[in-house]
Amino acid sequence: MSLGTQRQFAAALTDPAVPVPQGLTAWNGPQPQRRFAVYRNNVVSGLTGAIASRFPAAETIVGEAFFSAMAAEFVRLHPPHSPLLLTYGDDFADFTERFEPARSIAYLPDVIRLEAARGKAYHAADAAPLDPAVLAVLSPERLADVVFVPHPSLSVLRSPHPIVTIWAMNAGEAELRPIEAWVSEDAIVVRPHMTVEVRRLPPGGAAFLQALAEGKRLAAAVDIASEDASAFDLSANLAGALQTGAFVAIR
Amino acid sequence: MKLSDLPRRAGVGFKPEHFQAINAGPQPIGFFEVHAENYMGAGGPPHAQLARLREDYALSIHGVGLSIGSVQPLDKAHLSRLKTVCDRYEPESFSEHLAWSTHDSVFLNDLLPLPYTNRTLTAVADHIDQVQETLKRQMLLENPATYLLFAESTIEETAFLAEVVKRTGCGLLLDVNNVFVASTNHHMDPSDYLVRFPVDAVREIHLSGHSETVDDAGAPLLIDSHDTPVKDPVWALYATLIARIGPVATLIEWDNDVPDWPVLSAEARAADVILQNACKRRAA
Repeated sequence: MSLGTQRQFAAALTDPAVPVPQGLTAWNGPQPQRRFAVYRNNVVSGLTGAIASRFPAAETIVGEAFFSAMAAEFVRLHPPHSPLLLTYGDDFADFTERFEPARSIAYLPDVIRLEAARGKAYHAADAAPLDPAVLAVLSPERLADVVFVPHPSLSVLRSPHPIVTIWAMNAGEAELRPIEAWVSEDAIVVRPHMTVEVRRLPPGGAAFLQALAEGKRLAAAVDIASEDASAFDLSANLAGALQTGAFVAIR
Repeated sequence: MKLSDLPRRAGVGFKPEHFQAINAGPQPIGFFEVHAENYMGAGGPPHAQLARLREDYALSIHGVGLSIGSVQPLDKAHLSRLKTVCDRYEPESFSEHLAWSTHDSVFLNDLLPLPYTNRTLTAVADHIDQVQETLKRQMLLENPATYLLFAESTIEETAFLAEVVKRTGCGLLLDVNNVFVASTNHHMDPSDYLVRFPVDAVREIHLSGHSETVDDAGAPLLIDSHDTPVKDPVWALYATLIARIGPVATLIEWDNDVPDWPVLSAEARAADVILQNACKRRAA
């Protein structure tokens, strides 16, 4: 096969407007359109299926048919550049933000970001969470200077929409019912052991964890979190982060 | 070079939804096979489960993304990831396909056909040399299920595979369902294909289900769908083949509409009966 034939074969697979390459044949006649269509269908359904398997809650929200059409458009415009499909679709949320037919579902991209964070956590390196007892022996001065090493699976997400509630209801984690308080929700996604945890964060919690994950000292992270939310409660947030397994060590 | 060495028994493709059932007690399964690409993350449940299975069972690692049949160079980053997976699990066997799946770095996620010419023969043999040198092990090459032909092909598929074996020392993974699917699609006799196949190089067999549609002229067109039990004509070809060549490690592949563990396990037992009969005949 020449490079030109392979190029044309590949182009015709992902774009139905490109004609079936010359030189293909079958026992009962040339121009095997339906036979070539088997490969076209395999490529598109395989890749849209890979996207659907990463974003099941988003698929539940918009329905199978809408999701499949949206994913097919994503596949056409952003085909994978690696056989490693575990990470294919990391930019799917950005795409859906610009995807006109989905514009009315303003919270959809953030739900997809949450699901992408869950996928990242699922495949992240294994690491034992920090033992909270390590902090108990530190003096208050030393504690203020502590820098936390984030768990490899950690993500912190902020949204103007109730994304944790919406995700939980569409992932079968919570009962489906009307959302009475349409409030912004921040989330921590982490896999301390073998199960990916998704928790809603209290006020200032996201700013606090993001600052710590960036390597800021505890005292500096507290300042950032207090500025973000005046109701920020250090002991509750620190205890919550340790209990969720957000960190693996201190420095 | 480490030679491919699976037990001459029936195995199954491992699906995570079966982990608990499998882990509940010893299973009459000769080996498990996994797709290499699903174990290229850093950690998490996939590795925890596979490491657990590896303690008790032989393992076959089956790549689906190396694009060995491409006229372009192999993706060195992907080859390096395959080496990492093989080094981590030290499988009894590593296999890949006579097909291409990547063009200009775009991964098309399907096993695409190639013409059989002197030019593609050289390209495939060079790629297999590179894989075996990198992994320091013999690889098995699988015959494809194809839906169309190339007018430019000058070499018959079994002769192409035989020549690849001769040039590279690789082994073959004979997918009997693919033989039935491709033979039907190309209006040929699958038994003739198997007679021509270089069986001395076969180190593993695949069995799976297929679905049926029609081509442009209304003729039957079989699709390698891996979503049903093994069909009767495929079992018949397999039984005849095993009676002729003796027992070979045999995998039940069921990747879509995956059934509960007892159903899959029963398919493997059906293959094991055929393998054991062959052993008894040989001993007698």
